[in-house]
Amino acid sequence: MKIKPYGDTINDGKVQLSFTLPISVSAKGIACAKEIAKDMGMIDPAVVNAESLSDNFSLYIVYGSVKAVVDMDKIHVEEITSKAMEREEIENLIKKEFDRNIIFVGASTGTDAHTVGIDAIMNMKGFAGHYGLERYQGIDAYNLGSQVLNEDFIKFAREKKADVLLISQTVTQKEVHLKNMIELVELLESEGLRDNIVLIAGGARITHELAKELGYDAGFGPGNFAEDVATFAINTLIDKKKR
Amino acid sequence: MNKLNINQDIVKSCRNYANIIADDVQDFIDKHTTVTVERTVLRLLGVDGVDDFSVPLPNRLVDDVVKNGDIGNGISVYIASALNATKLSLNEFIDKYLEDEVTLCDYNLVNRDETFAILKPYYEAHLSRIKKNKSDREKFLEKYPRDKTDIYVIVATGNIEEDVTQAVSAVEAGADIIAVIRSTGQSLLDYVPYGKTTEGFGGTFATQENFKIMRKALDKVGEEVGRYIYLVNYASGLCMPEIAAMGALERLDVLLNDSMYGIIFRDINMQRTFVDQYFSRLINAYSGIIINTGEDNYLTTSDAVEEAHTVTASQFINEAFAKKAKLPSRLMGLGHAFEINPDVENSFLLELAQAQMAREIFPDAPLKYMPPTKHINGNIFRAYQQNTMFNMVTTMTNQSIHLLGMMTEAIHTPYLSDRYLAIKNAKMIQNSMKSLGDEIEYKSNGLIQNRAKEVLNSAEKLLKQIAIDGMFNSLATGVFAQTKRPVNGGKGLAGVFEKSKNYINVVLEKMEESFNEN
Repeated sequence: MKIKPYGDTINDGKVQLSFTLPISVSAKGIACAKEIAKDMGMIDPAVVNAESLSDNFSLYIVYGSVKAVVDMDKIHVEEITSKAMEREEIENLIKKEFDRNIIFVGASTGTDAHTVGIDAIMNMKGFAGHYGLERYQGIDAYNLGSQVLNEDFIKFAREKKADVLLISQTVTQKEVHLKNMIELVELLESEGLRDNIVLIAGGARITHELAKELGYDAGFGPGNFAEDVATFAINTLIDKKKR
Repeated sequence: MNKLNINQDIVKSCRNYANIIADDVQDFIDKHTTVTVERTVLRLLGVDGVDDFSVPLPNRLVDDVVKNGDIGNGISVYIASALNATKLSLNEFIDKYLEDEVTLCDYNLVNRDETFAILKPYYEAHLSRIKKNKSDREKFLEKYPRDKTDIYVIVATGNIEEDVTQAVSAVEAGADIIAVIRSTGQSLLDYVPYGKTTEGFGGTFATQENFKIMRKALDKVGEEVGRYIYLVNYASGLCMPEIAAMGALERLDVLLNDSMYGIIFRDINMQRTFVDQYFSRLINAYSGIIINTGEDNYLTTSDAVEEAHTVTASQFINEAFAKKAKLPSRLMGLGHAFEINPDVENSFLLELAQAQMAREIFPDAPLKYMPPTKHINGNIFRAYQQNTMFNMVTTMTNQSIHLLGMMTEAIHTPYLSDRYLAIKNAKMIQNSMKSLGDEIEYKSNGLIQNRAKEVLNSAEKLLKQIAIDGMFNSLATGVFAQTKRPVNGGKGLAGVFEKSKNYINVVLEKMEESFNEN
């Protein structure tokens, strides 16, 4: 099926756009904004608002249509296919498949100081009514917090005999998170640990596709909770056991 | 002002417990020094710059005494003794030291009075520069009086020149306070980088030169718009007092300087942090810099409904520590935040109760109110709505330092237009709802009053428990942000030293002296 953006009529291709230009607001600025929208492929762009941000910057809000059409049948997305189980189901599955607790170790690694993501997944309280891994029976969850060096993270994981490693990465300026994520995989491989553990990344800008590309088993972006992560991790561990 | 019908006896009791807690820790503080405390002394004697390997000179000298002397005596006496024996000025001595022509630790140590006498020209030069900055700020504030709520935005490009562009633009749009976010990870560096920097991650390095560049730009644009623009940076980490000293020398106006933030959120050793926070806050008090505390962070880690009392309890503790460091209430920018899940029924009322309570308990403090971050999900339109509610509470409860929320929170560091739209949002609320707070009273025993009562009661209970257990033990059991920190764990413990009975800190003692005179 071919689709286009939708405003109020099917296939009208309507989109909204806002951006800043490094010039003061003026008739010329509006004309420039319109030209940029056209160059982006917008048909009949309308600059509905132009405001001065400061002496040398101005903001434009633009509406228009785009020609772009996408055939959604041809689009392939790397998605985590396992449907998330409820907490109780996960706990029962662990009890059935393993005669021990499953060890999760998580952290915001490298220089990353943001812990909202890893806390939401791991801490007892969880997030938005979804309990975190600490609450799960059959799971030992260790949240090391923020700014944990990859070396320290691996050392701790080794000590605890971790089954699952959760890496949270938020700060994305200059793509520093990618370098750090790759380094972790390399360290795990050089220590011969990679095959034995389930390695999962999470964060505001993390997608499953990106995580796979970097050598992780899975990636979880916004809108995922402890049960999504736990379902994937436990199923993957069971697969590994069977192999 | 008592809209919440707060029981003043409980407030008094909270303050009492907080004092017991702070007294106990202060005993420890007074017996110890740290490497960054000693480096701060050097900075305020005028030692600055880096060696050929980019190692800051204060680090070189302090590390030398740690290795070859007894840092428990303090750096002051070593410098004084070296200058005395070599008959060199401090600059001449440093030059020869870097050429390996003189050493630092191989002289007979001079006595206390001699130390002060020898170092007097150096510390006096810098203390008087700080005093001048303080009086310059006072003159600006007289010339440009402030409104009751200051609009605070951050810049975080990593490049100080780009930061200036963004800051100037924000000031033109209406910002009163500019904070330059630090590069991530700087808090864990046991030195302060040197010179102008144009690359950082998630922020810009806090260096004295960067402070100077931004100060100059803000003074210039401030004159143009007819306002005095506060400049903010962050002290938390392993170099708290050094950054405070640099801030004092370059006329920063606000410094993030929590007594416990580094312990809880950066896993910095608690002994280190407590000793460091005292000296850095003393410098802030001396230079008239407003401190900001980090209670808002508890609520990004813990639930904002259930853990609200930890914020209040921590505010009392931060206040007690601040008093020890001679900070008057008007410099205590205690923190809190609007972090309750907006899906919670009546969440707006709960936020209102908490903010109004903070205002009433700390009437003279320039409270720092932080915007929603945790429950912002990438939907910029929803985030704009959340920020509007936050702005309403700010205006209704007269918060002082209003840290604006960005609709692109959790997406990227703010674009210029994000910041502009945030300022317009806040300004519209400030103007359209200006006197709402003065017009309304809260229903007796209604939801808002009862919420405040419940939070305050829980805070008192918690403070009592901490007073019984002691601060060190309490932090070890995870009393704040559900984060457990062992007394001997964390970063920076190796830089903590017991003071010898001959310990001298010329700067700290001069500052304490000046407060005792007043």
